[in-house]
Amino acid sequence: MNKVRFGHSAIPYIFLLPQIAIVAVFFYLPAGEAVRSSFYLEDPFGFSSSFVGLDNYRDVLSNSEYRRVATFTVWFTALVAFFALAIALLLAVKADAVIRGAKTYRTLLMWIYAIAPPVAGLLGILLFDQHVGPLVALFGFFGWDMRVGVNYYDTATAMIVTAVWYQIAVNFIFFLSGLQSIPRSVREAAMIDCQSGMRRFFTVTLPLLTPTAFFLLVINITYALFDTFGLIDLMTKNEPGNNPVTLVYKVFLDGFRGNDLGGSSAQSVILMIVVFVLTVVQFRFIERRVHYS
Amino acid sequence: MLLPVALAFMTSTHEAVTIHTGGVQFMPGDRLAENYSTVMFKGLGFTGAVNGTTMMINSMILGFGFAIGKIVVAMMAAYAIVYFRFPLAELAFWAIFVTLLLPLEVRILPSYEIVQSMGLTNTYTGLIVPLIASATATFFFRQFFKSVPDELIEAARIDGAGPWKFFVDILVPLSRTMIAAIFIIMFVYGWNQYLWPTLITTDEDYFTLVRGIKQIIQVWVGSQIPEYGQAMALAILAMLPPVIVVVVFQSWFIKGLTESDK
Repeated sequence: MNKVRFGHSAIPYIFLLPQIAIVAVFFYLPAGEAVRSSFYLEDPFGFSSSFVGLDNYRDVLSNSEYRRVATFTVWFTALVAFFALAIALLLAVKADAVIRGAKTYRTLLMWIYAIAPPVAGLLGILLFDQHVGPLVALFGFFGWDMRVGVNYYDTATAMIVTAVWYQIAVNFIFFLSGLQSIPRSVREAAMIDCQSGMRRFFTVTLPLLTPTAFFLLVINITYALFDTFGLIDLMTKNEPGNNPVTLVYKVFLDGFRGNDLGGSSAQSVILMIVVFVLTVVQFRFIERRVHYS
Repeated sequence: MLLPVALAFMTSTHEAVTIHTGGVQFMPGDRLAENYSTVMFKGLGFTGAVNGTTMMINSMILGFGFAIGKIVVAMMAAYAIVYFRFPLAELAFWAIFVTLLLPLEVRILPSYEIVQSMGLTNTYTGLIVPLIASATATFFFRQFFKSVPDELIEAARIDGAGPWKFFVDILVPLSRTMIAAIFIIMFVYGWNQYLWPTLITTDEDYFTLVRGIKQIIQVWVGSQIPEYGQAMALAILAMLPPVIVVVVFQSWFIKGLTESDK
């Protein structure tokens, strides 16, 4: 912390200027504007606006459609985070066991990270297509007649499967590097103390992996909330009407399609609070993790 | 895990009719060259004004512009914060730090309005600069600069190097691997942007590949025999550059990813 520093001069301001300017114009201004307009009712053409206090929030929260979307978002986030973490952990443990193959596994899985979410959504559309999709055929074989894009739950299933598939790669990389950073001595001691592989995993490996897992949980929640926008947009094929969407998507829908500026802003602010809470949780955890090591 | 990508590629080498009647293809077909050249060079979309090459170039401009812009801005700010003592340092630090809290998606409507009022829709500036307004890279660099040994700056001062010289001649060269790692992450991030380009570009000349996909898919999939082959060819093209970057530079990429802690 005790860095030797240069003395006082104009130079640091010059260096800071670009960042501060961009942040001020494209972050603080819009964030403030979102908060401000969440208290106003604007007519769709932007001619007039009147202060309505918390009415927008009340409208949003009492709206049954909003509650439906919120419920879906919670389920979507929970399922995506759970399956993406669980499957990635399983794969990472398997890859870690074959130490020599670990690098190959890593390479094979990693590049899914580089695929854009909408492209992943497009792959999802292909796999779950009514006529040509192999997954629809597969589910059909087990007696599940999937109609993605028509049936709400079928579409939701397709979205969750695609979102999970996409996120496993990132989780896998973090889990694998977490596993590989467990010291050899600890592993060997565990080998001697616990014969059962399952028990060894739950009593030794998993506790050591908790910091990684917790960090990833926050990342996955953020992912399911925000980064799936493109995936959802592609998979609903521009017909969000009866299709499952998440809260972020609804902010976009109400703001840009519905022209409901106040309502959309109120939703933005609610989401800001959610993200804020998530961040606080994450930072408290990171502080704790410093104590671990 | 790779199966969906492999299927997409196999499907992209077939004729529309084959896919329509036979489903997703598991073996390579004979339309590889035709499908990809159609996607690259023939007019696509509603007006037929845009083709894969144009979108590829736009994606490149977005990816490079975003990554380079972000790195330059972030390095400068991190340098000021770590190496200088000045009255507003604390305030500046927190002002930048707060931007980590809110993703673009939650302030999307007002952001769009501001960019629009500045007349920056359908420009590369409007596409790139607002995306830079978060401090991720600044914090990577801040962490990194803090780990640079103090002796270096002491030595530089004894040698009579001023702040500018220290930054350009010592710190920047020293950060090479860090810059590379962040560049890769930011390039992929920029290339893969979807929501912002969708809002900010309505002129097909400015479409990026990822943004253009939906528009073009609607034309193809809406038609009598869906052009799944071409759609998948476009998808493969859209994922190729970031995937190549990640696979080729994977050790740097991992370094950046694991050190980031977001």
